[in-house]
Formats: sequence, C-alpha cells, structure tokens
Amino acid sequence: MAPLSSESSTVLPQVKYTKLFINGEFVDSVSGKTFETIDPRTEEAITRVSEAQKEDVDLAVKAARAAFDHGPWPRMSGYQRGCIMYKYAELVLQHGEELAALETLDNGKPLDMAQALDIPYSAEVIRYYAGSADKIHGQTLKMSGQYQGITLHEPIGVVGLIIPWNYPMVMFFSKVGPALAAGCTIVIKPAEQTPLTALYCAQLAKEAGIPPGVLNALSGFGETAGAAISSHMDIDKVSFTGSTQVGRLIMEAAAKSNLKPVTLELGGKSPVIVMDDADVDKAVNIAHLAIFNNMGQVCLAGSRVFVQEGIYDEFVKKAVATAKQQVVGDPFQPGVQHGPQIDKMQYEKVLEYIQYGKRDGANLVFGGNSLGDKGFYIEPTIFSDVEDDMQIAKEEIFGPVMSILKFKTIEEAIERGNKTIYGLGAGIITNDINIANRLSRSLRVGTVWINSYLAVSADIPLGGYKMSGIGREYGSYGLDNYLQVKCVITPLQDSPWL
Amino acid sequence: MVRRATVSPTATFHYHSEPLPQNNSEMASLSSQSNGTVRPPVTVKYTKLFINGEFVDSVSGKKFETLDPRTGEVIASVSEARQEDVDLAVKAARAAFDHGPWPRMSGYERGRILHKFADLVLQHSEELAALETFDNGKPLDMSRMMDLPYCIEVLRYYAGSADKIHGLTLKMNGPYQAHTLHEPIGVVGQIIPWNFPLLMFFAKVAPALACGCTVIIKSAEQTPLTALYCAQLARETGIPPGVLNVLSGFGETAGAAMSSHMDIDKISFTGSTQVGRLIMEAAAKSNLKPVTLELGGKSPLIVMEDADIDEAVDIAHLAVFTNMGQVCLAGSRVFVQENIYDEFVKKAVERAKKQVVGDPFKAGVHQGPQIDKMQFEKVLKYIQYGKEEGAKLLTGGSCLGGQGFYIGTTIFSDVQDDMKIAQDEIFGPVMSILKFKTIDEAIERGNKTIYGLGAGIVTKNVDVANRLARSLRVGMVWINCYLAGSADCPLGGYKMSGIGREYGSNGLENYLQVKCVITPLQESPWL
Repeated sequence: MAPLSSESSTVLPQVKYTKLFINGEFVDSVSGKTFETIDPRTEEAITRVSEAQKEDVDLAVKAARAAFDHGPWPRMSGYQRGCIMYKYAELVLQHGEELAALETLDNGKPLDMAQALDIPYSAEVIRYYAGSADKIHGQTLKMSGQYQGITLHEPIGVVGLIIPWNYPMVMFFSKVGPALAAGCTIVIKPAEQTPLTALYCAQLAKEAGIPPGVLNALSGFGETAGAAISSHMDIDKVSFTGSTQVGRLIMEAAAKSNLKPVTLELGGKSPVIVMDDADVDKAVNIAHLAIFNNMGQVCLAGSRVFVQEGIYDEFVKKAVATAKQQVVGDPFQPGVQHGPQIDKMQYEKVLEYIQYGKRDGANLVFGGNSLGDKGFYIEPTIFSDVEDDMQIAKEEIFGPVMSILKFKTIEEAIERGNKTIYGLGAGIITNDINIANRLSRSLRVGTVWINSYLAVSADIPLGGYKMSGIGREYGSYGLDNYLQVKCVITPLQDSPWL
Repeated sequence: MVRRATVSPTATFHYHSEPLPQNNSEMASLSSQSNGTVRPPVTVKYTKLFINGEFVDSVSGKKFETLDPRTGEVIASVSEARQEDVDLAVKAARAAFDHGPWPRMSGYERGRILHKFADLVLQHSEELAALETFDNGKPLDMSRMMDLPYCIEVLRYYAGSADKIHGLTLKMNGPYQAHTLHEPIGVVGQIIPWNFPLLMFFAKVAPALACGCTVIIKSAEQTPLTALYCAQLARETGIPPGVLNVLSGFGETAGAAMSSHMDIDKISFTGSTQVGRLIMEAAAKSNLKPVTLELGGKSPLIVMEDADIDEAVDIAHLAVFTNMGQVCLAGSRVFVQENIYDEFVKKAVERAKKQVVGDPFKAGVHQGPQIDKMQFEKVLKYIQYGKEEGAKLLTGGSCLGGQGFYIGTTIFSDVQDDMKIAQDEIFGPVMSILKFKTIDEAIERGNKTIYGLGAGIVTKNVDVANRLARSLRVGMVWINCYLAGSADCPLGGYKMSGIGREYGSNGLENYLQVKCVITPLQESPWL
C-alpha cells in the first residue's frame, strides 16, 4: 500500500472556474447559493461552486432555446460544426495535464488513469463525433406508388444532459459530443460530487468558438436542478446516466411534462463467466480489471464472477493473490492503482454491503476494511462462495467488491447470469469459440466482452437491456439520440422507373 | 390531369386509381336509408380473447358490447381482458420468447410465415373489410381500397425485412474488434386505437414478429373485431402458440396492466397524447420498458398563393375529411395565403358540399359516422366552441340523421390561432381555414403548437417547398399531396406528438436491442 495522503509532495491544480456557465458567460446562481465539492482523499472542501436551482435552469434553457431557434449553431453546416469540435478536442488535449489533475482532485481516481484513459478517451469521443457531424445521412424512399420520400435527420432541439461522478469528463463528452455534432443546444448538469472539470470544459468550449447559449453547464443537485431539467417544458430531450432508481424519476418527469424522449444509462450487475478451459492467470487479470477498475465505480463493473467448478479453487486463490498486489493510495502518486471512493455516502454504502456479505454467509477471502483515518479508502475486497440470493449478488454495490460464484454447466451459467433485473454488460472467458458464441448470444446484455473487459472505443455502442436503461450511447447509435427523423414526400410525375 | 388523380377527393393514400362517383346531394345517401341501415355482408365469428394460440373466455367471464356507429346498436359482446388475462397472455408470450421456436428460427423462416399470413389476409380481404366497416363506420370503399391493401403491404414489407436485420462491424481504436447484434427485445405490449384498427394492428405486429419478438396486443374497446379475426388467421398461418396474443379490453384496466407489467419488455402505443403520458409514466414506474408513442397532432397545411387552387382545395379536403377526420395526421389547420384566401374558401366549401355522407356500406359514400357517442359529442362541442369564439361556420356544423354518429362535413373560415378549434385536436370532420401573409408568418404559426406530427405544403416553387419542409418541426411533410403513405416511410412525431418512428426500417428498431460483442484482436495485419 502506498501513502493514502501525500499533499506535501503533490502540486494540486488550481481551481479556476466555479460559477455556472450560461449563455457563454460564467455567472453566479440567481439565489447566490454555493455548495462545497469535497476532496475524497481528505474529506475536506476543495472549493465552493455555484449551485443551480430551478431559476438557473430556466435561464440556461432560455439561452439554449434562443441559440437553437435563432443562433448559428444548428444553421451552420455539419462540416463547420465538426471543425469547431476538432478545435475543442485540441484544447482539451492542450489542457490535458491540468484537466487530469482536476479530475483526480475532485473524483479521487488515480492520476495515472485520468491521464492515460479519461483525457485521451474524452478527446477521442469528441473527434469521433466531430467527424460524424458531416455524415448525418437520411434515406431516399422509393415508396409503393407515384410518390417519393426522403428522410431528414434533424437536431432534436434543446437537450438536457445529466451525468454522474464516476467518469466526469468522459460522460461529459459522451453526451455533449453527439449532441453538438447533431446541431443541438445543451444544458448539462455534472454530478454535485464532481463539478470542476465540466466547468473547465465549458470555458474550453468558449475558446473553441462554440457560440453562446449552445453549451450551458450547471453545477447542482439532482433533486433541484436535475428535476427542473427532466420536467422542463422547453427541453426537447433528456439523457441521463446514473442509478436505475433516479432513471425512473427522470422518465416519470419526462412523461408528466412534455413527453420528451429519454436516453437512460443505468445500473448493472454484470456477470463475468470463466469457463474451465480458460487460462486461469489471464482470467484472474480480466476479472480483477472488471471489478476493481475505478474503485469499482463503473456501471459496467463485472461484479458477479461465475467460475466453473474445475478451476474454481485455483481461481479464488489467484484472485486473492492479484488483489493483494493492488496498490491503494493517494491517487496523485505515480503507480497507485486504487484511490478513495467518491464520498461518504458511497463509502458507507460499500462497507454496509461488505457487512451484508458476511452476514449472508459469503466467505470474505480478502480485504473488507476501510483504510486510513481520513478519506474514503476501502480495500479491494473479495468474497467467495457467493450465492445468487445474497444481497451482494443481487444489488449494485458500486465499490471494490468482487463476488465469486461457482457453477457447473454452461446452461446454469446462462440462467444464473441472466437472473437479474439488469442487463448492461457481461464477460466471457474461454478459448472455445462455440462456447463464446453461445454465451454471447444467450446473455441478455448490451455489451459482451470475450477474453477482455472494459475495452472501449468511441465507435462501440454502450447501453442496457432490461432495467439497465434505454437507448445506446457512443458510435453511430449515439448520434440517433439527438436526431429527429422527418419524412418528406412529394408526388412523382412521369418517372421512367419506380 | 394526372396530378389531380393522385389527390382525387376520394383518394386516401394512393390506392385509388379511379375517383368514386360523386353525389351532389350531401345527405342523399343517409336520408335514402331512412327505412333501415344496410345489412352488413359479414357475420361476427370471433369474440373471445386469443391467448396462447386459443380463443378463451376472460378469467372473470366478463364481456363488453361493441357498437355499430351507424346506429349505436350492439354488434356483439366480446370477452373483456383485465389484469389477470393480461398476466396469462404475458406468461404465454414469455414462454414463447424464452423457450419457443419463434425467436429461434431464422429470419428467413419467419419471413416465409409472415408472407403466408399476408396471403391469408388477402384471401379474407372482403370479409375483413366488411367487418372493419361494421365495427368502425368507415366507408367500405375505403376499407377495401386503402386499409386492406395497405395492411398487406406492411406485412409483406416486414416479412421481407426479417432476413435483413444487420448489425455493424466495428474496427475499434485498438487491438480489438467488435460487432453489433440486433436482437429481439423480448415480450412486447402493443396498444392500438380505433381509427385504423387493422392497419394499426399490422403496423405494430408485423415489425415485432419480423424481429422475433412475441406480442400481446390490445385492440381499442370500440373496434375489437378485426384484430380477433386476424388472430385466427395468424393461427391458421402457423404462427406458434403464445407468439401473438390478442386481447380486447379497456385502457384503464387491460392497457394499464400492460404498460405497468414487470414482464413486458417494450410498449408501443398509438392514441392520444394524454394517454401516451400515462403509458410512459407507468413504464417508468414499473420496469423502465422503452416506449414508442404515436400521439396526437394539429397538423398545418400551408397553401401558398402560387398554388393551383383547385388542386390545393382537393388536397386540403383529403387532409382533414379522410376517415371522418379521425386521423392523427389530419391537416386540421389550413393556412391559406391572403391573395388566394377568398377563392380557396369558396371552393373548399363547394368541394365539401359534394362530400357524400351516408351509410358506409353503400358504394360511393365518402363519409360515414364518427366512431362513438363520446367522439361524436366531442366534435359537436368543438363546433360549438368555433362558433362561440367567432370563427365563421360556412358549411356543415351539425349532426345528421336520426340515429348513429353522423356529423356534417364542416368548414370554419376566419379561424384565429388562439381559438380552441385551432389549438386542440378535434379528431372529426372539421376544417379550420386561417389566413396568412408571409412565409415567415406561416412557419411561425404553423409551428405554434404542442404537436409536431405532420404538415402539408402546397406550392409550385421548389425553394419555398424546401424552406417550409425544413422549417416545420414535424415528422412528416407532404408537398403537393397529403396522407400519401407507403410501408417504407417512417411516421412519427416531433414534440408532444410522440416518441420514435413506425413503418420503414426505423420501425423495426423499436423491437430490437443492440448488443455489442467485443474480442481482442491478435496480430491482425490491419487495424
């Protein structure tokens, strides 16, 4: 274990932007209220940021509405929007070091990871959609008569985006990128735990030349600002990433207000299925990555590891050995793999689930404790002998807790893997292509990794079956969330062909 | 004139090639049958719920009456599905999806079966058309020439789609590769309205079946008969038990049970915006099932002064009087540019007076009764609002005949944007004519509605047509035509007119989930 706190040797980034970004300017909230954002390493306040409430949402929507109805953004060509977005990506990379440090400060994820993953992937996603902006194509429809039709894929309008705290920047760009490419205007609310990089990126949007009102960023809470967004009568679309419980409230608010379409990326309890024929060391590495990445704070976390009985004991032993090598410590330290959980509430929730695991008779084979006397550090934790009906096998923990379950047959793995309200991701570890195909077809989930996990790319759609959500983000599918389809029909006179 | 034929007064969609005979006496047809209504050339054969491949009574044994809109008299009593019947249907559909052959056979095989289904619908077209007219009141001419052929077209379109469900291959940014599988979403619940009972049935059932889903469909309580008949045809076709379950019943009970069901994976609804809201709310509160909603409209038809006025009048007439105005896409706000306004109004009234209202079973009748007493009274109430608010009633405006739900073909001129008849969906044979000056004004006023379903543009100028088509925030724009449809044209709304698209390749997506499968890529010579 590395030191949990090392302020003396770490140069922390300066916080430059703490106000609401509305209509191209940083402004105080109407009420003047602010709230603290906390450093998860120390539990101390980093800074205070402006708190958006309903009246600030109204102002942001007004700006976004004007920008959509009368501004240049939806009226410039896709090519021009793409050029501005490429510039935006350049600026993100130029400020990559600072953004990575700010992300780690606010979120607690290892700086190594913020630098190697969050920042480059954010830039990749913007560039992917920058290149999509001039490739929004409709269809030509020949129709079954003397008519012809075309479809126009048009921007849906003013969009409300609500993002979580686990990947603040990646989530920001995975929603902002396609919305901007489509020609929409945006009101985005970062999570109250991690407002800082979103506000920084708002400033970069301005520098990139994105016109005022096109991108509005509001720091605030779900119950107030988030609720105002999802029930707003003048927001044409809402996209939310977060818990299934809140996703339900968002969709309900959309239904009760103006029936805005919703995209929801929600919770998961994703199975990783390790077959007898797998290379056990490789399987252990994949399973380790699947659950301990980002301190287990990943909607796609492989939180149920099903291991076939022939290799079960060896797998458990090696999984423990691997977890022991996980470097927990101050996320600013090079080489640290595992920082604190995001906040006190999550920290306590994870510890509570560890108690449930013990109570229900799972075998705690590694970890299980909090670390240090301040900050929200929790050890990588492994339970073996987990049964399907235990709470730790059913509910999303969102922490560094691996549950290992034993199975005999492939049929059993399919049935138990699918026995959940969720359907977000799954992993399959086998060398047998027929087993891999059978499992990948049988599992009712949106993303299946074979002999890998969490490998992503901007062109890969991501989203859930069942109660893990509605719609897909990333890739060409992600663009559809921000487009309406208009069909235009004319009579066809004297065509030589139909 | 060729173009005239495509928008002939009686032509809905493009299936009519010959205009039907016109009767100059508005009420001739209706009054001539004062001694009694035409006896429908059809008998009712199926009145029970269709669950797991069998016609069964409802668990409670309850039934409800379906009425003939020509007379208000009972056609038949049909079994009434409630929560417990929905549960049985879902159980059957779940078993058929999880273990049955339908999602496990190839798309090609499903397509063959769907084509056979279409053959049977075609074989029984005359009987289905008569049953549709009996239960719904739409002119038999229209049932035959529009509803039935279009049902068959939609079914065949999706039969041909079943073996063309393709994913993407993704090269990824790194030594991995991925592909997407478009898989059936599972058990789907479908709730359809009464205005095009058969067409709505197939618009929802066909893409769902093509994808490999299993279905619970609830017909409208006003029009349960043709859906049950089609259930029998599905059985004869060889669609396996449990794959298609057809329930007659009410929205408050059966519809609510479906939209809040924890074991239905998707819900698709066509109907009012008000009920669409309840459906989405129930979906949110239960298992977060995705929703497709096709809801209300208040679609503008914009007639520019360069238009051929006769042609424009024909288009406007068709746009709002088709199916007694009971069309979600009805062109219920006709904006006419000021220089041709007076002439347009005069000719629209002349044209409306030629509309033959009468017993829908009679040949040559253009307009039958409204669907039921509630709708009938609602339309009359809106006509009253129009008069009270100062719109000028030029023709029609009252009910017709001593029985049934007939309403005269009605036109208001001098309608203002803030009048109720210009804002709310009336769903009846009421044309509102509004005057405008500039194209900017037409765009602004055309868009000034909570709805965004359809729009019509009548002009010869391609620049004006393009500008208006781009500016109107609606899902469907017709230029120099209206209601022309085809199975490959997506249909759906902007704003509060709904969520998602039906028909065409877009319609298939409502019933598919996207799964992305990723593997490492070892030593590929190219990335």
